[in-house]
Amino acid sequence: MRWHDATRFAWGGLRGFRSRALLMVLSMAIGVGAVVVLTALGEGARGYVVNQFSALGTNLLIVFPGRTETGGTGTGMLVGQTPRDLTLEDALALTRAPGIAAVAPLTIGTALMTYGGRSRETIVLGTSWHWKDIRGVEMQSGSFLPAGDARAATPVCVIGRTVRDELFGSEVAVGRQVRIGDRRYRVIGVMTPHGESLGFNMDEVVIVPVAAAQALFDISTLLRILVEARSRSDIPRAKAQAEAILQERHDGERDVTVVTQDAVLETFDRILRALTLAVGGIAGISLAVSGILVMNVMLIAVSQRRQEIGLLKAVGATRAQIRVLFLIEALLLAMLGAAAGLALGLAGSALIRRLYPALPAYAPSWAIAAALLTAALTAIVFTLLPARRAARLDPVLALSRR
Amino acid sequence: MISLLGIERVFLVGDQPVRALRGIDLEIGAGEYVSLMGPSGSGKSTLLNIVGLLDRASAGSYRLDGLDVTALSDEQQARVRREKIGFVFQFFHLIARLSAQHNVELPMLLAGIPAAERTRRSDDLLRRYGLAERAHHKPEQLSGGQRQRVAIARATVMRPPVLLADEPTGNLDRASGQEVVRILEDLHGAGTTLIVVTHDPDLGARAPRRLRMVDGRIEQDLRG
Ligand SMILES: Nc1ncnc2c1ncn2[C@@H]1O[C@H](COP(=O)(O)OP(=O)(O)OP(=O)(O)O)[C@@H](O)[C@H]1O
Ligand SMILES: [Mg+2]
Repeated sequence: MRWHDATRFAWGGLRGFRSRALLMVLSMAIGVGAVVVLTALGEGARGYVVNQFSALGTNLLIVFPGRTETGGTGTGMLVGQTPRDLTLEDALALTRAPGIAAVAPLTIGTALMTYGGRSRETIVLGTSWHWKDIRGVEMQSGSFLPAGDARAATPVCVIGRTVRDELFGSEVAVGRQVRIGDRRYRVIGVMTPHGESLGFNMDEVVIVPVAAAQALFDISTLLRILVEARSRSDIPRAKAQAEAILQERHDGERDVTVVTQDAVLETFDRILRALTLAVGGIAGISLAVSGILVMNVMLIAVSQRRQEIGLLKAVGATRAQIRVLFLIEALLLAMLGAAAGLALGLAGSALIRRLYPALPAYAPSWAIAAALLTAALTAIVFTLLPARRAARLDPVLALSRR
Repeated sequence: MISLLGIERVFLVGDQPVRALRGIDLEIGAGEYVSLMGPSGSGKSTLLNIVGLLDRASAGSYRLDGLDVTALSDEQQARVRREKIGFVFQFFHLIARLSAQHNVELPMLLAGIPAAERTRRSDDLLRRYGLAERAHHKPEQLSGGQRQRVAIARATVMRPPVLLADEPTGNLDRASGQEVVRILEDLHGAGTTLIVVTHDPDLGARAPRRLRMVDGRIEQDLRG
């Protein structure tokens, strides 16, 4: 028997039992479609996080107080005594390191911001003029924080677009005096809308010189120090230098953690990849479970076609040939179902991308391949028993009208 | 060439053994034309099924062309069915979704014969049996006599040396039956060994050798 002929014969068999075939195609299509859509969602989430991090700047290192376990990248798990806080002096000391291009201290608080009759609870970031380059801030009007000594508490501020809109409406903002908490500041710039980045919406913040923020909130510590390495290859060197400098300043205690963007990204990447794998796997299992349906449908097919099977044997079909014919039939169904499922899944992913443009929801090719393979394998495995039963049919009994 | 010795066939109905064949000894030479008659339930179909390798004997030996076919594997038996034996059934047993032509080609398809050759041979047979216009019709669009001629074409398309027919005219009117008999006898005339099971005394009487079965035994073996 030639493959081509066997396939055509099996195809004819399918067409004879349309509703049965449709049922199987549908169950396969739903399974494959689910795998494609769910993994596309997982990949989309991963891509979203990666994009968010990339928006941070490429050669970035982040210093925060406290020591985490080696290899860890979270803020938890302090080892030993309570760590010393990071100070502005620490940040300034880091600028000495040859591998480091720029340093931006960061402190955060919230305060009531008022202008005229309007007021708004606003996130206040205290930093230095280096922030602009490190974070890639662009100005819509005015200028960013002035260059110069970071210890100077100059009463100026730079505001995000939303803050500007809410406090000033159609008025010109640059040059106006605003109150933040109990102090007065002059607005010197408005930032171009930037959107969400690492947790807060940059359009809803006000940025002041770090010393001004420390005075405003009456603190002497920093939340983070952002460090930019001179180049991508300088990242490990910059990290080691930053650690060494801070260890020296903290009486030999290694009580800070320096994470590179790569490390953070890698962790998120790993977590989200695992998540994608998990949801894809669950959908895959449900696909495999549809094999039970496949088996039932094929068993019915065998009993409905006893005469045909008996006849085939009478005109010279071997058991192996009968088995192959049924397996091809199942495989054809699986392929039809998988194709329909793939179309369904790709359309679903496209719809997700349309509804949530921030999510690059493309199903990974490994997931598509795995879904198709699972569909084919399921069809074959669960047809083995029905095919075997068909092959063992006694031709005389199958042909008799008893 | 067909040589049966001490063939027994016992069916279990519930736990009751039914002896459908009781010690059949039979030799049929190449090119013979044999009719097999007898009352209903006497074992004619059972015997024919065993000769056609559709069924296995419970005991005894069966040699075809000197080859002990009871000892063959499934694969080898299928090959014998395909190449050495043609079977014609009372109820035609055509595949409903296949055209007449594709039904005829079925044994060649299983044998792996290329499509062009299959078409050539099936065209030829259909024309010879007066079915050229019906080649692309489905069985349900054919009369009983036409269906049986398609079935004969299918049984002979591999040019088997042995043709077995179990009541081939049992479901046909007189005219169609005569047409079918003419075709079968033409095949015998061309050298095919022909064994026909029938209840029709006129048909049975046409064969040069006439077997009569009763109760699982061959009671009569008449020649001439
Ligand atoms: N599969 C089977 N299971 C049980 N008994 C069977 C089976 N096939 C045949 N028999 C029995 O074997 C005996 C012979 O049956 P067989 O079909 O060979 O008779 P037959 O001579 O062809 O009859 P008919 O002229 O009615 O076709 C009968 O008693 C029948 O009931
Ligand atoms: Mg019978």
